[in-house]
Amino acid sequence: MAEAKKGWFDIVKSSYVWKSIFRHEYQDTYRNRVLQVSSNVFLHLHPTKIRRHALRLRFTWCMGGITFLLFLIETVTGVILMFYYRPTGEYAYHDMKYLQFDVPFGMIMRNMHRWGAHAMVIAVWLHMFRVFMTGSYKPPREFNWVIGVNLLVMTLMLSFTGYLLPWDQLSIWAVTVGTNMGRATPLLGHEGPFADFLGVNARYDARALLTAGRLVGAATLLRFYVLHCIFIPIIAAVLMIVHFWRVRKDGGISGPL
Amino acid sequence: MAETTTAVPGVEAKAKAKAKSRVEERLSKLVPDKVHTWPYLVRLEMLVGTILMALITVWSIVVDAPLEEPANPTKTPNPSKAPWYFLGLQEVLVYFDPWFAGVVLPSLIIVGLMVIPYIDVNPKGNGYYCFRDRKFAISVYLFGFLVMWVALIIIGTFIRGPGWYLFLPGQYWDVHKTVAITNVNLADKFGIHDAPWSTLFGAACLVVWLGVIPMAFWKARIKKSETLQKLGMVRYQITAQLFMIMLGTCVKVFLRLGFNVKYVMEWKGMINV
Repeated sequence: MAEAKKGWFDIVKSSYVWKSIFRHEYQDTYRNRVLQVSSNVFLHLHPTKIRRHALRLRFTWCMGGITFLLFLIETVTGVILMFYYRPTGEYAYHDMKYLQFDVPFGMIMRNMHRWGAHAMVIAVWLHMFRVFMTGSYKPPREFNWVIGVNLLVMTLMLSFTGYLLPWDQLSIWAVTVGTNMGRATPLLGHEGPFADFLGVNARYDARALLTAGRLVGAATLLRFYVLHCIFIPIIAAVLMIVHFWRVRKDGGISGPL
Repeated sequence: MAETTTAVPGVEAKAKAKAKSRVEERLSKLVPDKVHTWPYLVRLEMLVGTILMALITVWSIVVDAPLEEPANPTKTPNPSKAPWYFLGLQEVLVYFDPWFAGVVLPSLIIVGLMVIPYIDVNPKGNGYYCFRDRKFAISVYLFGFLVMWVALIIIGTFIRGPGWYLFLPGQYWDVHKTVAITNVNLADKFGIHDAPWSTLFGAACLVVWLGVIPMAFWKARIKKSETLQKLGMVRYQITAQLFMIMLGTCVKVFLRLGFNVKYVMEWKGMINV
């Protein structure tokens, strides 16, 4: 009769397969609360216990977490867009129209990608603002601030390289204005101070390295696409791993001592 | 329900976890302000994440991302604007040559941000909001972020029109608008017009701004100020240079708008500041 008391879920839970997946019970005990975090690869980014003020949104603004979530949203929507988008002068703009009018949910994916990117830039600034205002860059977290500044630069670079990809008037001219600054780089730009010193010219200088030529053209589009989808995200992801890891290694998020 | 999982592998790990939880239990008595990540933090993250996802989904349904005409290298729009987050730098371009506004200044911003933890030797204000403990650091950061970054972005985004002239929101964008440029160099204002002397005059101004003033401040304050003593000469110089360059950028804007000063120093048309 003891068998009859067991519900179907108990039978599932006592199965070999279930137990091979879940190493502990779900019951709300002290031990399970700890295991819930420490035995989960995603949650174990956190310590098992945190200081109470780390829960206060007035203190953290949750901006670091929001930035990370936005990065994940950008990754998912970005991969979906990659299925439909070809980074060539002939197709790029047509594929944007295709996404807009023909691909199911294409426009929403593009909208989420663009607004998410803008939101991410703002979230990074606010995160940095919060961290500064709470003096969280002070010992022992000095170096994590430096990594954070690098992540800020990566965010801006991701956003800037992505700006070109729609291949419309807005993107090509915004990127032209932005990369034109490369011409004026001291020593390395052909219109900058000391341009003659290394003999750089319009075809071979700091700007040409960015734009893959004299002008923002099809070669630039491919270059920015690769930077946007592969190069910068990987660097940003590596920096994020170090950033999160160091938050824990430096004693969790900052707080009054 | 008890002990349904003893037969599975990982018993040892669980014993360790049990011991660990006992240690943490003891720790929690010593440090009473600690709470469990599960459920307190995880549920908060879940909540914030859900709200954010909902907001961004609704936003994306309601507002479409812009898509203009196809890229056309032969048709330059007026004004051509950089992405909005760089418009502060584009705004500085009005007052400085591109090598400074577009390359050196952004590099200094990045480097300057990175060295903050190493030049701020004030141990107070770590982990809580407090203006009183860090008046200088917070004032400089607020000035840099809100005035030199956010305010300039707002100007560049909303009130710059054709020819990069100022237009109020809603005002007609007259593409033929021109404003006579009557700017002259600072040296000219003092009656120095000839090449080597005008450059030397400008260089002297820069030397005073970046060299003499910081050193004079150091000399005047080093005996009394514990902060300066703790900072030491190297960190003081890095702090002072970054600070004076940021302030100097603002002063140049003021000189241009108030006194039509084109350059403080002009050297062979190459290094113009």
